[in-house]
Amino acid sequence: MTLLNQKQKHRVSFTLNGVPVEIEVAPRTLLTDALRHGLGATGTHVGCEHGVCGACTIQINGAPARACLTLAVQVEGCVVRTVEGLAPAPDQDGQYRLSILQAAFRRHHALQCGFCTAGILMSLDAFLRETPLPSVEAITEVIGGHLCRCTGYAPIIDAAMEAAAELRGDAKHV
Amino acid sequence: MKPPPFDYLRADSIDEALAALHQHGGDARVLAGGQSLVPMLNMRLTRPSVLVDIMRVASLGEITTQRNELIVGAAVRQATLQQRPGLANEVPLLAAALPWVGHWQTRARGTICGSAAHADPSAEIPLCLTALGGTIRLRSRRKRRTVPAETFFAGTMLIDKDDDEMIEAVTFPMRRPNTGYAFAEVGRRHGDFAMVACAAMVDVAGIRLAVGGVADRPTARAFPLLEGSALDDALNEFAWALEARDDLHATARYRRDLVRQLGRQVIEAARS
Repeated sequence: MTLLNQKQKHRVSFTLNGVPVEIEVAPRTLLTDALRHGLGATGTHVGCEHGVCGACTIQINGAPARACLTLAVQVEGCVVRTVEGLAPAPDQDGQYRLSILQAAFRRHHALQCGFCTAGILMSLDAFLRETPLPSVEAITEVIGGHLCRCTGYAPIIDAAMEAAAELRGDAKHV
Repeated sequence: MKPPPFDYLRADSIDEALAALHQHGGDARVLAGGQSLVPMLNMRLTRPSVLVDIMRVASLGEITTQRNELIVGAAVRQATLQQRPGLANEVPLLAAALPWVGHWQTRARGTICGSAAHADPSAEIPLCLTALGGTIRLRSRRKRRTVPAETFFAGTMLIDKDDDEMIEAVTFPMRRPNTGYAFAEVGRRHGDFAMVACAAMVDVAGIRLAVGGVADRPTARAFPLLEGSALDDALNEFAWALEARDDLHATARYRRDLVRQLGRQVIEAARS
């Protein structure tokens, strides 16, 4: 049993994008705030703070999660992945690359202001891992858990379908 | 939109969780997936002094079958049950309804029992429990008891549970032979709260229709094997009996109409 007093901060340890991290938080601290304010990982965006908009979607142990509906103390010992962890490490020449999914978003203009993008990428990344051959309907349902108010969803669906094909190894572009 | 302060207790066993509930009573809340409780905390609609996190209690994460029941433990996430091989054969109504529970992202965290504990009148899981005649297994340090879904859901976010009790599991009766099941709901968008959700179960003896989103709790009614205008009349009477009210999302009249139309659709789907 672990009892964490509300009046104190407590150390929470977890893995963030492959790196072990520690942070001191009060029990009521949301994971969104722990990531952004505590660890400086501001790629995860905060929209509605009640789980509706999807902007703060991250992955906990490989599954999608609303960071705003997660207490930081709940991820003790977990593997947390945020949008900062999507792109591969820079290559030998120090060149940064986008992930396959991110590059598809760029080609398809699947973002404008980018506020919702981090959350959508994290959802689709998790979904495409468990569903390599998705239908348009399935992608539509997944991004139904996100609010995008500028791009519209059509280019996002196109990008996701193309990324899925490339991840399967039967890409048409390049 | 930040939660008020609370102590956080991570239980490693049911006994630890029950001891905390025994000690703190109504000031404590069980935290499972957090998909209903944390929004309530963020909006400060609830102010517990202690949260009892039960998700690391291994025994609560089990899905088992016993006699003709599927028993779902308090820490079983909705996505886990949805992905269970054979669920469509074991509890077809649940397999049909689970894709309508929240969003794909919230099902990955939210639990089956948490949805029952939250008792939103439009929620799909309480509706399935009511439609099928499922039960809620409650446990405290004092005793264990099993409550039928039809009396457990007592009103909007109101359940027959004492302050020191927690839901240990819920049970869904498994598919019966020669019985058809169907589910349908209407909301503004997929993933939104249902304006009306209907679940039907039809066998040679009769029809059982349960409706969510209209009254202050999911409500089931049995009908004989009616057809044609006799079924329309029965559905109309049921629709009026649910005492729908106007709200932001739909008028009472529209909800009654949905009960008549959607009710008929699910009954016919369950018959075929």
